[in-house]
Amino acid sequence: METLINRYRNISVLLLAIFAQLLLLAYQVRSSEDVPMIRVWAVSAVTPLAKVLEIVRAGTVGVVQGYITLHDTRQDNVRMKQELDKLKMENHFLKSQLETADRTKALVAFQAQTPSKTLAARIIGQGAGFNSKVVFVDRGSTAGVEKGMAVVTPDGIVGKVLAAYPLVSQVMLITDPSFAAGVISQKHHARGTVKGQGYADCRVEYVQNEQKVDVGEWFYTSGDDRIFPKGFPVGVARVVRQGQNQKDIYIEPSGLQHGLEEVLILLEGVHQAIPDEPPPANEPVYMTPPPPPPTPAAAGGMHDDVNKGGAQTDADRLRERYKQIGEAQGHVFGEGNMGSKPPDFNIKLPGATPDATAAPAQPKAAAPRAPAPPVQPPAAPPRPDATGQPVQTPTASPRPAGAAAPVQSPAGSQRPAGTAPVQMPASSPRVTGAAPPVQTPTPSPRPAASSPGTASPAPAAPVTTAPRPDGSPAPRKTPAPAPTPPQAQPKPTKPVDPFL
Amino acid sequence: MTYGDRLLLGNQRESHISKFRAWVMLAVPLAAILFQVYTPRFFEFLSFLELPLLVTIYFALMRRSPIGGLLVGMLVGLAQDSLSKNPLGMFGIVKTLVGYFAASVGLRFDVDHPAVRLVLAYFFFFFHQFFYWVLSRALLAQQVSFDVQRTLFLGLLNAVVGVSLFHFLDKLRLQP
Repeated sequence: METLINRYRNISVLLLAIFAQLLLLAYQVRSSEDVPMIRVWAVSAVTPLAKVLEIVRAGTVGVVQGYITLHDTRQDNVRMKQELDKLKMENHFLKSQLETADRTKALVAFQAQTPSKTLAARIIGQGAGFNSKVVFVDRGSTAGVEKGMAVVTPDGIVGKVLAAYPLVSQVMLITDPSFAAGVISQKHHARGTVKGQGYADCRVEYVQNEQKVDVGEWFYTSGDDRIFPKGFPVGVARVVRQGQNQKDIYIEPSGLQHGLEEVLILLEGVHQAIPDEPPPANEPVYMTPPPPPPTPAAAGGMHDDVNKGGAQTDADRLRERYKQIGEAQGHVFGEGNMGSKPPDFNIKLPGATPDATAAPAQPKAAAPRAPAPPVQPPAAPPRPDATGQPVQTPTASPRPAGAAAPVQSPAGSQRPAGTAPVQMPASSPRVTGAAPPVQTPTPSPRPAASSPGTASPAPAAPVTTAPRPDGSPAPRKTPAPAPTPPQAQPKPTKPVDPFL
Repeated sequence: MTYGDRLLLGNQRESHISKFRAWVMLAVPLAAILFQVYTPRFFEFLSFLELPLLVTIYFALMRRSPIGGLLVGMLVGLAQDSLSKNPLGMFGIVKTLVGYFAASVGLRFDVDHPAVRLVLAYFFFFFHQFFYWVLSRALLAQQVSFDVQRTLFLGLLNAVVGVSLFHFLDKLRLQP
């Protein structure tokens, strides 16, 4: 029996297990009831582990995702930083371009305003050597640049051409120790010579202690050096003190204050008046947009505007007068045969001004006109040199080394500051707002204070052409502030690139 | 000894019964059930794995005890039933039979060979799925379809995974 049990033990246990589970299954199916106890055991054994597993998984996933996120964030940070750097560079470049455009506008406006013939140039390099105050510009002799020409910006003078090569020119800056130019103060008209010091400020020499110069007073070129025309701003006095015999005056050059990028080379300098007001700061120049293209209707209407009495110019007024003459005599212009009697243009029209053609009506609001060369008297007393002796043309006179000596312009150049330097016929009415033309029929001695030497009336010696003490010849001379014919009207403003 | 001689074991080989620690006998089936319950939540493609069945086959084969095998199969099966919507006993009966037969085969063959393990795992997976389908139709009257081709393919995958799993579980055996 025992052997039989042992022999069929396995199959017996199997059948027992199967039978028990079948009973369990049959009970559940038949009664539609569950056996919660076994399920509770199983669920209680499995779910805590699942919970722990879920916590571990969530934590692991969180750490991994956090790491990935941080990794991506770091990459994003690096990428965004690179983009930021790139945008900063682009922004800097665009700002630079904008500043260049503003400077170009200012240059164009200044070119249009100044009566001098100028040539725009760009600074392309700096002279080699320590403390070099020499720069190179991209215009040379092929563009008409010559040695000795003045170099300016709208803010003031910059220097002078030291050497003109075919394609580039070498310009000595105003701060170079060997630079000198004649200057005159704006308010008190103290004449002197500005010299470079090798650093930012320049010194004005040969101003006597008796002369008055205020701190903050502007200095302009006097035109005596035959390089810089009169009337260009030089700088503002920062230090003014009494010296042994002469004042110690240090000025801050205005032409270099905003950096040098573009300059103007004065091909033909024209003297200007010393303005009343200090030159405006280098601010953006507003330029109106270009006019719209004329339409046929607008083009036709322009003629109608003139016929409606909108006489704007002398030609309009003359045309109106001829029209009235024709109407008074029953003459129709444009008709009649060849050789027919023309109307009498000398009749007096009722209500017409006697000299309607000669003296045109003054515009109500005159457009600002560019300064023109100052009126120069026909003769002027000679300028005493530093020793007090009058400068004799053409004999040489001792002057400061390397400098255009403070050659005194004729007394006629002492015009009221700020006057419009437009020379007009005496009968012509002035533009509203413009200063009256200077009437200097006779030479007048300059005040003693305006001369570095003993001022004494002397025979007319308008210009000195003496060679310079430093041996450098004066290859090109700016016309001396002498009587000049009426200058051409200011150039029309054209928004073009001055470098083209 | 030829390979055929190695396959057909006699009673002299019955002494080579693999023994496991108690925590292995408890933790491995529990982990297998946990894997089946938990992993498909995140990796649905792993739902084809029948790890409780593979663990049952392994312990039954290695223990070479039909009673031990059927007990392991019954417990694992009942635990699976407890975590499923089916009445208790469906997986229990099937895995009891699998455990019993696997242990019976383990008495006859050298089940340490991977090829034998692959064939046995493949066969018992198919047997498990087929017998479960039979019970579902016979006892529960459920109209469950049986896709032979899919079952054969999943059986192959489970057999491959089972061989690797058996190799890993061999590390947990107590050395004789």
